[in-house]
Amino acid sequence: MRILVCVKRVPAPGSRINVTPDGDAVDTAHLGFTTSPHEECAVEEAVQIAEQHDGEVTVLTLGPAESEEQLRYAASVGAHNLVLIPITEVDWDPQRTASALTTAISGIEAADGTFDLILFGNESADTGGFQVGIRVAHALGRPVVNGIKGIDLADGAASARREIDGGFEVYEVPMPAVLGIKEGINLPRYPTMKGRLASKKAEVSATAVEAAAGGQTRVRLHRPLEQVSETVILGTGPEAAPAVVDLLEELGVLS
Amino acid sequence: MSLLVLCDHDRGTLDEASLEALTFGRSLAATAGITCEAVVIGAGADTATALLAAHGAQRVHLADHDVLTDYGPEAWGETLTQLVRSIGATAVTACGTDRGNEVLAHVAARLDEPFVANCTDIDPGDAWTMTRVQWGGSLLEDATLDAGTRVVSVAHHAVEPSPAEEPGEGLVVPFTPDLRAEVARTVVKDRVVLTQGITLATSPVVVGGGRGVGSEDGFAQLEDLAGVLGGVVGCSRAVTNNGWRPHSDQVGQTGTRIAPDIYIAAGISGAIQHWVGAMAAENILAVNTDGEANMVAKAGYAVIGDLHKVIPAITEEIARRRG
Repeated sequence: MRILVCVKRVPAPGSRINVTPDGDAVDTAHLGFTTSPHEECAVEEAVQIAEQHDGEVTVLTLGPAESEEQLRYAASVGAHNLVLIPITEVDWDPQRTASALTTAISGIEAADGTFDLILFGNESADTGGFQVGIRVAHALGRPVVNGIKGIDLADGAASARREIDGGFEVYEVPMPAVLGIKEGINLPRYPTMKGRLASKKAEVSATAVEAAAGGQTRVRLHRPLEQVSETVILGTGPEAAPAVVDLLEELGVLS
Repeated sequence: MSLLVLCDHDRGTLDEASLEALTFGRSLAATAGITCEAVVIGAGADTATALLAAHGAQRVHLADHDVLTDYGPEAWGETLTQLVRSIGATAVTACGTDRGNEVLAHVAARLDEPFVANCTDIDPGDAWTMTRVQWGGSLLEDATLDAGTRVVSVAHHAVEPSPAEEPGEGLVVPFTPDLRAEVARTVVKDRVVLTQGITLATSPVVVGGGRGVGSEDGFAQLEDLAGVLGGVVGCSRAVTNNGWRPHSDQVGQTGTRIAPDIYIAAGISGAIQHWVGAMAAENILAVNTDGEANMVAKAGYAVIGDLHKVIPAITEEIARRRG
């Protein structure tokens, strides 16, 4: 069982995101970086599948050289092979990213064999384009379903569950397949000390890939206008309960 | 010259979010000087025609085929792509729901065109310029779109759906796509219903708990309050990461987007991950010991205090008034 997970390095914001003065990018001067949450779960899922099905997990990222940090983190929780497509721009548009990933994946598969499963995050936490995995799947001619929160493998097919309001849908996707993973499919493990140490020595293979820019171009980033609302303090402690219930009555939610 | 709006339905029952897309789409089409047309995919969709016309659809394309009875991203994406080509649509849109974004990504991949997800505003000049959502809504991006066919989705909850002042003609046009058997590989095989009735996404009242709830058991008080209010319980990412609640209860960028009449956020600091999932609430009441918490600053109403004392007091007060 060969599994590939595509991940993205993103800033780890707390309660506020700031933009650089030129509006080109998120101001990361005081921020750490992390793997986009859906993809962190995709890595965990791949490692669990590999553990059950005697598999091998490759993690691929397109990003700045520093993205090696996210690849090594993936190794520390059980990924076997790490591949970086280094870029120097702030970000590549979704078409360009998908095209480069497709080229890289085709190259890896030509050398080492087809991936039974390729996992993406449902969407990246930062730019949220909702398309790279689907574009790659289409280019590779493979089935793809997004929004997956459960996977069972049997008889060459992936039974994949997608959460919908009040329940879930089940898809039976023949492998090789591509799935877009959502957070909640699992609770990712923390790296062990042994895993951390081993990941420092893990080999990262870097391959530059050229791809043409797509038709969507970023002009600038800005923060939404904040609705400046004075918070009405209804009171302090349990004594505030009557004021709260007055409010609920006023809003008509107590009927 | 037309803008095609994908309207999602479940065996005839139209998804509300589609009307957001249609409301946005008819205004965009009017500005661009093109016609606004709707498409519904799969059997049973004809019952939605009148509603779509009322919301401005000049034509309603009913796409049907044996494979289209249940949802399938490839089948729907291929169908929509063929329709775009068949009528020569210059733009195609949908609401930025899970399905909307998924189908449009398939369309864009097939047309080899860009796809701009989750727009809040579009200016259709020679090159389209738009504002779109990043970070689940914490940040906005101004972008330009250079494309033959424009493929764009409208951010969910960005537009209030409203009927058109002048209803569209609603001319029904059947469409039968030519689908290879292969697209059936990603059609929904089964559906499992876990919750009947109101859910986190649709509940008019949500009582949310964060790290401040302190434990799995601590949520009992929130359940009690949600119970008397006919609402449901939600939680922050910190809570699911601690294993206190299932991920299906998580409100936020990587969880469920809620839009209740009131969101009672107890012991939630208000990190942006959570905030973007809650910001569509009509009203927010924060309960927090920390008067400086981000959630308190952003909420319309707040009670400063220990949620484990405040929440049961609210439940009791409601019971007392109801006698």
